[in-house]
Amino acid sequence: MNIFFQQLLNGLTLGSVYSLVALGLTLVYGILHIPNFAHGALYMVGAYISFYVVGSLGGNYWVAMAASAAAVAVLAVLSERLVFHRLRNAPPLHDMIAAIGLLLFLEAVIQAIWGADFRRLSSPYPQIVRAFDLTAPAQRLMIIAAAFGLMIGLHLFLKRTILGSTIIAMAQNREGAALVGIDATRVSMLTFAISGALAAVAATLFAPINLIYPSMGHLVIMKAFVIIILGGMGSIPGAIVGAMVIGFAESFGAFYISTDYKDIIAFALLVLILSVRPQGLFTRGVR
Amino acid sequence: METPLRTRALLAVLLLLAVLFPLAAPNSYYIYVMSLAYIMGLSAVGLNLILGYTGQLNLAHAGFMAVGAYTVGILTVDHGVPFWIAFALSGVVAGALGFLAGIVSLRLKTHYFVIFTLCVGFILYLVIEKFEWLTHGTVGVIGIPAPPSIGPISFETPVAQYYLVLVFLCAALWVMHRIVRSLLGRAFVAIRNSEDLAEALGVNLMRTKVLAFVLSTVYAGLAGGLYAGFVRFLGPSIALESHTFELVTFILVGGIGTLFGPVLGALVLTWVTQSLQFLQDFRMIVFGPMLILLVMYFPQGLIGFVNERRARRAAEAARARRERTAQDNRQRNGEARVNA
Repeated sequence: MNIFFQQLLNGLTLGSVYSLVALGLTLVYGILHIPNFAHGALYMVGAYISFYVVGSLGGNYWVAMAASAAAVAVLAVLSERLVFHRLRNAPPLHDMIAAIGLLLFLEAVIQAIWGADFRRLSSPYPQIVRAFDLTAPAQRLMIIAAAFGLMIGLHLFLKRTILGSTIIAMAQNREGAALVGIDATRVSMLTFAISGALAAVAATLFAPINLIYPSMGHLVIMKAFVIIILGGMGSIPGAIVGAMVIGFAESFGAFYISTDYKDIIAFALLVLILSVRPQGLFTRGVR
Repeated sequence: METPLRTRALLAVLLLLAVLFPLAAPNSYYIYVMSLAYIMGLSAVGLNLILGYTGQLNLAHAGFMAVGAYTVGILTVDHGVPFWIAFALSGVVAGALGFLAGIVSLRLKTHYFVIFTLCVGFILYLVIEKFEWLTHGTVGVIGIPAPPSIGPISFETPVAQYYLVLVFLCAALWVMHRIVRSLLGRAFVAIRNSEDLAEALGVNLMRTKVLAFVLSTVYAGLAGGLYAGFVRFLGPSIALESHTFELVTFILVGGIGTLFGPVLGALVLTWVTQSLQFLQDFRMIVFGPMLILLVMYFPQGLIGFVNERRARRAAEAARARRERTAQDNRQRNGEARVNA
């Protein structure tokens, strides 16, 4: 029972982190209509900024999270202004290649500053929580709570505020949104800022139970891609459900099959599902 | 279309330069670097077929190159298969895997396809890293034999290997030239320009795209096989997507959708990297922004730029000629009127 509960908890933790990353990716997809390969680099930069604030400036964990969210949000907005906005009329292939260029650049800069070594961010809550003879590390519970809190916050923001609805409106129909007076530039910048902040928060939450290194974003971003394909690109509930599916598949797969192959599971799942349903799991009608 | 005389002369000069290069190279390190650039160029030529001519960004290309390389490595080291048989099989194995990946992935369009191939590439990498019984895992395959001699020609020295690689590159370019100039090549370009239009013209989309994909993976596999025989050591990291990104950069710098673009890009960037040795791992600080600036301001690459200029000049010349004839006609008409 305890072991099963542990896997459940692991799956939920992974799913929470993945869903924050995938949410940012899916929001940006609504604006750009291309997969933003640089998103994984933003995630990685977020982890390093938190590491810097805690390690070198001696800041508090939560301060570090806020600082890193703000910094990465600015970085994301800059990337939109300097790169993607200028390429908005170019063929999608060019956007994708530019995103790859951005990814390579950010990784190289981080590696130039901190080197390729593995780093560790210590957890602010190293305790173990016990209840009904089940045990759980506090950090994992915190990840789950924070992720779900953010998801609810994002949902309320998108559904209940005018500013949030402009994002949804633009994702649904760019021309229509412009016709009713929505400023496309402002919405794009806002969306990039939110997606960058989400990536940084996800990285800061996940860093204490993982390692920090320049290519740490690769695997996470690839899984986030898998998730938004499974959930239907641009769909917010789809991203959350997809993230949970991948999180559980990974944690139970690692336990019941083999830890060696846990990373393959997500991709094998994608290959399997797309072979049967090329349009993704939760999408209806034509793409 | 007949190749213009000037282009032919240029090709002859380039070939002569390539043949004479080992004589001019100060030491065998230069020859080694040049040969490696040719192998990467060969792989990029393959990627250009699916990316540049057919318009599909396949991010698993480095994975297929690794498949070819490991085919040679495993067969020669663990099973004692002669190099040339293993080399031939490297193209076959990569092509067969490419066929399987192609029939699934090419049902998807644009970014779905891109992400799917990204995942395929990563699966290939993980399989190479984790299947230790087959691939030696992270230890890698060590001691791959150099290509054995064919008749009296041996490939022991770096110079001989250089010529071997050059011969393969030229053959690959010639085959690619034949492919893209054929009706099939026209079908690839039609798909790139508009899938709907191509289909309306009677191009079988799926079959044509799978064919382009398989051909491009065969190129990747053979380039990988050549790489294995040349470098003689293999690690799982050659399958990583960052190598595909590098190949994409080669294509973009040289000229996407042009025959020689990928090779030119591989050569230029290899030598730029060599001269930036002091930057080592940080060369991406230069290359990343360069990639972005290229797609923004210079999306056709070096060869595309030259072609465009030549086309513009030809158009100008044609306009000038037209105006001159028009003027002549007017003059003649005027004279005729005076005479009458």
